[in-house]
Amino acid sequence: MQVSYEVKAGDFSRAGHVSSTVKGLMKQLAISPVLIKRIIVALYEAEVNVVAHSYGGTIACTIEPDTVAIEVRDTGPGIPDLELAMTEGYSTATPEVREMGFGAGMGLSNIRKNADTLHIDTGADQPTVITMQFSLLHEVNHA
Amino acid sequence: MTLKDVVDIVQGTVLCGQQSLDREVHLGFASDLMSDVLTLLEDDILLITGLSNNQAVRTAEMSDIMQILFVRNKRPTQGMIDLAKEHGITIITTGYSMFRASGLLFSHGLKPVY
Repeated sequence: MQVSYEVKAGDFSRAGHVSSTVKGLMKQLAISPVLIKRIIVALYEAEVNVVAHSYGGTIACTIEPDTVAIEVRDTGPGIPDLELAMTEGYSTATPEVREMGFGAGMGLSNIRKNADTLHIDTGADQPTVITMQFSLLHEVNHA
Repeated sequence: MTLKDVVDIVQGTVLCGQQSLDREVHLGFASDLMSDVLTLLEDDILLITGLSNNQAVRTAEMSDIMQILFVRNKRPTQGMIDLAKEHGITIITTGYSMFRASGLLFSHGLKPVY
């Protein structure tokens, strides 16, 4: 199964809408709650990042029997120093983002903690593409 | 303790999820930073926050947290209440500060996550 959604920049009232929709899908597919939580926390952090830091983008989820692959792609402006951005506590968030309860510099490291594999392709004045994968092996709820 | 106990201890008001007041909760986590909440692996948590916007409810939803206590007399919007109802989340408000509410709940047996 593959689903994709558009994410608008700056639309905080709807930030999390995609993650909520994907969570509902995963529940229907009887994926274990523990695994759903890991996937959805990573996805939600990434979705908030697109809303907060980018010009907008898309989220594509591919759900296979043994894996979930998620690609979060924006249209820029990119991350000039990815290593710095991955550092817990480092943030370029605006006051508006902080008012939303984010911008503590935990987002990317939280994604890294939850995803089985994570790849980030970015750079100054470039789109950012985050690809994460989650193994469903030994986690699928057959009940 | 039950959510009913929480309401009594903080002299709170239940805005939605009245049908779940018999639900037991054993852990509390107080934060206005949603990314900190998203690091928690436990589900059985009362989120205590003064962050009164959609993302507080969204974060609870993503983290499988089924109860939120808004402190400092923060008033959730109708949109937040509707979102909480949609996901079966109980919302309680109190005029107490986060420190006072957390301290009282801790002294009555609510455990910290860490």
